[in-house]
Amino acid sequence: MPNSGAHNSVGLVSPCRVRFETAFQLANGSVLAEHELVYETYGELNAAGDNAVLICHALSGTHHAAGFYADDGQRAGWWDLAIGPGKPIDTRRLFVVCSNNIGGCDGSTGPNTLNPKTGKPWGAKFPQPQVQDWVRSQKLLAEYLGISRWAAVIGGSLGGMQALQWAIDYPEWVEHCVALAAAPKLTAQNIAFNEIARHAILSDPDWCDGDYLSRDTIPSRGVALARMVGHLTYMSADGMSDRFGRELREGSFTPEAESEWVFQVESYLRHQGTRFSTQFDANTYVLMTRALDLFDLAVGDHGDLKAAVDKALADFLVLSFSSDWRFPPHRSIEIRDALMAAGKPVTYANIETDNGHDGFLLPNQTYEALLTQWMQRVGPA
Amino acid sequence: MNRLDLNTVLGWVPRGSKVLDLGCGDGAFLKRLCEERGAVGVGVDIDPDNLVSAVSKGLDVIQEDINEGLNCFTRYRFDVVILTHALQELTHPHLALERMVHIGEEAIVSFPNFGHWRCRTHLGLTGHMPVSKAMPRSWYDTPNIHFCTVKDFEALCSDLRIDIIERATVAGAAQKWLGKWWPNLFASSAVYRIRRSAR
Repeated sequence: MPNSGAHNSVGLVSPCRVRFETAFQLANGSVLAEHELVYETYGELNAAGDNAVLICHALSGTHHAAGFYADDGQRAGWWDLAIGPGKPIDTRRLFVVCSNNIGGCDGSTGPNTLNPKTGKPWGAKFPQPQVQDWVRSQKLLAEYLGISRWAAVIGGSLGGMQALQWAIDYPEWVEHCVALAAAPKLTAQNIAFNEIARHAILSDPDWCDGDYLSRDTIPSRGVALARMVGHLTYMSADGMSDRFGRELREGSFTPEAESEWVFQVESYLRHQGTRFSTQFDANTYVLMTRALDLFDLAVGDHGDLKAAVDKALADFLVLSFSSDWRFPPHRSIEIRDALMAAGKPVTYANIETDNGHDGFLLPNQTYEALLTQWMQRVGPA
Repeated sequence: MNRLDLNTVLGWVPRGSKVLDLGCGDGAFLKRLCEERGAVGVGVDIDPDNLVSAVSKGLDVIQEDINEGLNCFTRYRFDVVILTHALQELTHPHLALERMVHIGEEAIVSFPNFGHWRCRTHLGLTGHMPVSKAMPRSWYDTPNIHFCTVKDFEALCSDLRIDIIERATVAGAAQKWLGKWWPNLFASSAVYRIRRSAR
């Protein structure tokens, strides 16, 4: 099993589901008459209810953050590296919650679930959720679980932005906040990459204006291409050189060879794209990238990031990853500096790594040590 | 290295101060400041292992290269900014001093005194840059790139319009009084409380 010795795994897990039947209004004004969230929990909520930690997933993440499913013993949850007994987010003393965001495609209400009004999949008609909507829906989940305050809200990338949004939208709810490889808002270049991904999906003939599920098809080529572009931005140039170099998977460089050439990196990207295209919903990808584009921590404060974070009452851990060019270190430094200027307690480090944006998901001694040590201050002593 | 200077620094930090410790290392001294002086501390260091150690002590630390200008602190004020035995390692000590007295109401700086008689005699008699227990590295691979003397430091403060509030010297037991009266010759280290001049 990759990086998941059973000795420090949360072991077998299964998702839970909760249905909220009161109307839920999104930031864009549209209303979900009812909605469902799927989530997983690891560890036990203590009697005082002060050991609950919320994990926010990234763009293509799910509620399955740690452990294994009985029918899939091979692949651990997406952040099994950090969550488990004896791991940085230690489930022996913390109660960990991770939910699939509204608009997702892993069980929470989203474009691939049925629209109660029509009895058909929502498809492209699913309203555009934003990060603050996810925060509000997670607050409903917390109340349902009997939690009145998070000991910590933690996330990487889009999940890190969501953790920050939590800290400023519900200050009294968030005691500690961890934002990994995040940014206070996207740059034009970030939005451009998202637009290329969306364009790939919308250009696929099987997109059918987002109504592909009713036509019993999926725009798999478009989603695969979108993922290839996205995945590229998660890796660093040096990391790719180390991992793939110019090695061929098929063919040969000899002059007499007449074969087709397939570089290792091509094969890898194709594999990533194809695998993703059968697992991830195209409409969700469009909605999630758009939610990223729209995210701006300071939008309610006329762009003043310091004023935005001034509302928070949390202690912060902000980490960037040296070779991350999607949300480079200076984007985390923007967050750090706003927090410093507002006089908030903050620890910041730039983790030296070749793993690029994916650095927050991959093993790294300094990263794991820092997270482990910082997490000691989270939850009851 | 003789770190008696730290006791002096400890005594100079007012109770309950907001303290920025530049080059905080493993955070041991900052932790003392928090525990013994009730300080609210932030550490700055560049070394990952130091950061992990400081975080494990429950401290907040910022990974930053002091040579990069400490820009993250421009909008936040501290009561005291501390730089112990690191001035001589900085690329631009004068810029760092200016920044320190800007960020902090007061700054506390300590450094090894290159005007100490041992340094002078070593250079004078052997013709070589001094190498000692406190300064064990040869000139070409030492982190100490900007040694100064007590006199040099005081002249720089004057040039930078920085007021010296208080000075303490660290000297060997035999030279304790000499160090007080002739610091440039007998102090092995000097510790200064400084602030921006009101002039």
